[in-house]
Amino acid sequence: MNNARNNLTTVKRTELTFLEKLYVPTLWSGLKVTFRHFWNTLFRGKVVTMEYPEQKWTVPEGYRGAPYLVKDTEDRTKCVSCQLCEFVCPPKAIRITPPGPAVDPTTGNVEKRPKEFEINMLRCIFCGFCQEVCPEEAIFLQKDYSLTGVSRSEMIYDKEKLLALGGVHRGPIMKWKQKADEARKQDAFKPE
Amino acid sequence: MDSIMDFIYLHRELVMGLVKICAVLAVLLPMVAYSVLAERKISAFIQDRVGPNRVALPLLGSVPVLGPFLTRLGIWQPLADGLKSFLKEDFTPNYVRKAYFWLAPAIALIPAFMTMAVIPFGSYIGTEKMVIADLNVGILYTFGIVSLGVYGLVLAGYAANSKYPFLGGIRSSAQMISYEIAMGMSVIPVFMLVGDLNLGKVIQHQSGGLFSWIIFQQPVAFFIFMVAAFAETNRLPFDLPESETELVGGYHTEYSSMKFALFFMGEYSNMIASSAMMVTLFLGGWTLPWFGLNANAPAEGGLWIGIAHIGIFLAKVLVLMSIFIWVRWMLPRFRYDQLMDLGWRRFIPIALANIVITAVILYLKHAP
Repeated sequence: MNNARNNLTTVKRTELTFLEKLYVPTLWSGLKVTFRHFWNTLFRGKVVTMEYPEQKWTVPEGYRGAPYLVKDTEDRTKCVSCQLCEFVCPPKAIRITPPGPAVDPTTGNVEKRPKEFEINMLRCIFCGFCQEVCPEEAIFLQKDYSLTGVSRSEMIYDKEKLLALGGVHRGPIMKWKQKADEARKQDAFKPE
Repeated sequence: MDSIMDFIYLHRELVMGLVKICAVLAVLLPMVAYSVLAERKISAFIQDRVGPNRVALPLLGSVPVLGPFLTRLGIWQPLADGLKSFLKEDFTPNYVRKAYFWLAPAIALIPAFMTMAVIPFGSYIGTEKMVIADLNVGILYTFGIVSLGVYGLVLAGYAANSKYPFLGGIRSSAQMISYEIAMGMSVIPVFMLVGDLNLGKVIQHQSGGLFSWIIFQQPVAFFIFMVAAFAETNRLPFDLPESETELVGGYHTEYSSMKFALFFMGEYSNMIASSAMMVTLFLGGWTLPWFGLNANAPAEGGLWIGIAHIGIFLAKVLVLMSIFIWVRWMLPRFRYDQLMDLGWRRFIPIALANIVITAVILYLKHAP
C-alpha cells in the first residue's frame, strides 16, 4: 500500500504560452485541416462515402444476411422438416408445414421434405439461430442484405423462392447418397 | 401612356426605389436559396462526403455533358427544397400561443431584408445611385434593425410554449445583448476614420488603393465585428439558440413547413446582410484597387463599369459567406458562460481600447 503510494507520478501540467492562450494559432491550424479536406475531396476525389445504388460494397465471407434454403449437389431439398429452426427462431419468422411427400419421384428423396417453408423477411432479424440449429445444414445465412418489396405478403418468402435464392450447397458429406443407392437397389431387387 | 410617363417623371424617387427593391430581392432570394446549397456542398466536401447530387430537371438533366454535371453539382436542389417546404403540412401544435407563433417567423425574416436597404451594392448605373436608401445615418439604421431580428427568435421561443424553444429564445436574447454592444463599439473607430455615418462615404474613403481598405487600418475592429456577426447570425461556434444537439433545434423546434423555411431564410439572409456590412465597412465595398474600378461609374457609357461594381460587391460577399460556412466545421460550439465571458470580458474592453487608441492616433495626426 505504502509502496504503491510512493510510486505515484505527478503529471506536470505545462502552462500555456501567451500565443496559445490567444487561441489564434489553433484556429489557424484548424482552418488548414478543414481546407485540406475540402481541397482533397473536391479536386482529388478522395471521397470516403459510397453512392449506394450505383456503387455497392463487397460483402465479406461469413456475413449474416438473409437465410435461404439450399439444395445438395443432386438437386435434393436438404431440409427434412424437423422444425427445429421454426422453434428456435426468436422473432417467429419461420413457418413450416410438414411433412411433404416421402419420395420425390424425380430425385429420389429419401427423407421427409417440408410441404411448405415460409420465412417472413419482415420479421427475420438475421440472427443465424436457424443455421446454427439445423442438423441437416439445409439453411444458411447468405449475402443478401437489402430485401425490398411493395407489400407485406411479398416479403413472405415461400419454399420455391427460398430454394431458388439459396442455390446449391457443396458440402463434403454426401449424407443421402448411400441411402439413396440402397433404396434404389431395394426397388430394383426382384426375388427369384 | 403619357400619364404613366408623367407619373414616373414626377415620382422618380418612388419608382426607382421600387425597381431597386425588386432587383435586390430578385438577387437576394436566389442567393439565400443557393447559399443553403453552398453550405451543404461545402460541408460535405469538408467532411469527405459528396453532398446533394440527385435532383435532375426532366429536360436539362438529359443534355449530354452539362446535365449530369449540373445534377452532380446539386444545382436544382434548392428548387426541390423550396417545393417541399410549400407542400409540407403546416402544423400548429394546439398548446402554442397562436398569434405570436404566427408573428415570429415574419419578425425573424423582415429585419434581415430591411438591413439590405442601406447597403451600397454598386456605384452608379446611369445617374442612379446603387443603394435603395442613401441614409446619412446608415449604420445606426442597420444596428437598430438588426437588433429587431432577435425579437423573432425570442417570440418564437416564447410562443412555442415548450421547454427547448424557450431555452433557445432565452439564450438568443442573452447572446444578442452581449454581442450587439461589442459589435457597435467595434465599428466606432471606422467612423472616426471616415468622419461620416453614411455607408457610401465609408466606401469612398476606401477607394484609394488596397491599403486604404479599413481592414488594414483597423484589423482588430474587423476581427471583433466578424466574431460578433457570427454571434448575431447564430452561426457556429455561437449557435447556442438553435444548438441541434442539446435543444432539438432551439427556437424553431415547433415550426414546420413554410414557417420553418422563413426562419431558415431569415438566418441565411442575415448572413448575407452581415457579410454585406463587413464588405462595406472593411473590405472596400464595390471598389477594387485595380483597373480603375475604385472610382464611381460615369453617367455616360459607364454601364458596364456599374455592373462590374455590383459583380465585385457580390463576389466579396460570396467570399465572406464561404468563410462563414468554413468556420462552422472548424470550431466546436462555445459553452454558454464561455460565450458570455468572450463577449463581456474580452471583446468589449478590446473594442473600447481600440476606440481610445484610434482617437489618440487621430488626434496626434491632426494636431497642429
